[in-house]
Amino acid sequence: MCGATEGGLSLDGVNVAKEAVIQGQVLRGEEPVAGAYVRLLDRSGEFTAEVPTSATGHFRFFAGDGEWTLRTLAPKAQPVDTRVVAATGSVAEVQVLVSA
Amino acid sequence: MSRENSLVTAQWVEDNLDTDGIVLVEVDEDTTAYDKGHIRGAIKLDWTIDLQDQVRRDFVSKEQFEALLSERGVSNDDTVVLYGGNNNWFAAYAYWYFKLYGHQDVKLLDGGRKKWELDSRELTDALPERAATSYTATEQDHSIRAFRDETVAAIGTQNLVDVRSPDEYAGRLLAPAHLPQEQAQRAGHVPTSINVPWSKAANDDGTFKSDDELREIYGAAGLDDSKDTIALCRIGERSSHTWFVLKELLGHDNVKNYDGSWTEYGSLVGVPVALGDEPGEA
Repeated sequence: MCGATEGGLSLDGVNVAKEAVIQGQVLRGEEPVAGAYVRLLDRSGEFTAEVPTSATGHFRFFAGDGEWTLRTLAPKAQPVDTRVVAATGSVAEVQVLVSA
Repeated sequence: MSRENSLVTAQWVEDNLDTDGIVLVEVDEDTTAYDKGHIRGAIKLDWTIDLQDQVRRDFVSKEQFEALLSERGVSNDDTVVLYGGNNNWFAAYAYWYFKLYGHQDVKLLDGGRKKWELDSRELTDALPERAATSYTATEQDHSIRAFRDETVAAIGTQNLVDVRSPDEYAGRLLAPAHLPQEQAQRAGHVPTSINVPWSKAANDDGTFKSDDELREIYGAAGLDDSKDTIALCRIGERSSHTWFVLKELLGHDNVKNYDGSWTEYGSLVGVPVALGDEPGEA
């Protein structure tokens, strides 16, 4: 699966062909932000899932086909909304920048 | 119950870190979160090991729960303050579990681990030492636990509140979107259940909305106060969050959590299932 490991997290044991993966990294400047919270909101803005970022600032969701919004909360930063389109069998890579 | 009796703020917890008789307990979906850092003095419960029978799909027995809390140093008269990640999903699940086995004084840290972290409050990796106790549990209080037959019987007669995300309710997803979607059970929801995602009850920082806001949300969604209520989700942890809101914050009388939830119901042979965004017919 092309790009499947770019999120830095293992996809071992996951059938990526059947998943609509959204993954990426949260950065403050060029520094990864660990322990930020990334929320996945559906088309209507409703919460669907949330994950804390890893030590390297990475996160991953298994979404469905369509448009989604990532809302990123980090200590001492304003929330950041990022739109993303997911499709089954592909990996949508997202970089989120929070205020310094 | 009320907000004052069942919820404490992060500041209250910080002010009471050294108060005798208060035991902080972290419960996370990610069972390694505690090991990477936790609130000073907090003990860990691993919901996959400590709170589940390791053979059957059920909870640990009364005797096992007693042995667990005795070994972790929790006394019957301690104030147990639970917190965790995922907006307190599993902390709320543990809260309900402690109530199920009769612990009187249980509280949730409002906002859980996320609020604590977003406030930049201190975490430590030092493990607390607590002397063993002799804990006594009661028999399970089934007035707060629903089983599958009650849930089927509630179709069209009681409030069924499905607290999963709209896409899971409609059958477009089978699990929360931070988990892989391949599952054995059928997608959809229990006919006549209303969909009030647990997240409606929480602010972005994980704290609960005000009582007035909560009353408005469930009223607008069609929850009938005069009827008994069963909350369900996928495995019973998010529905514990809503059970907490309805029973402990809003004081509804007869609210049960169906811990079998969709992973059980969606695998049952012969029961009705509704697809799409509408509750469907009985």
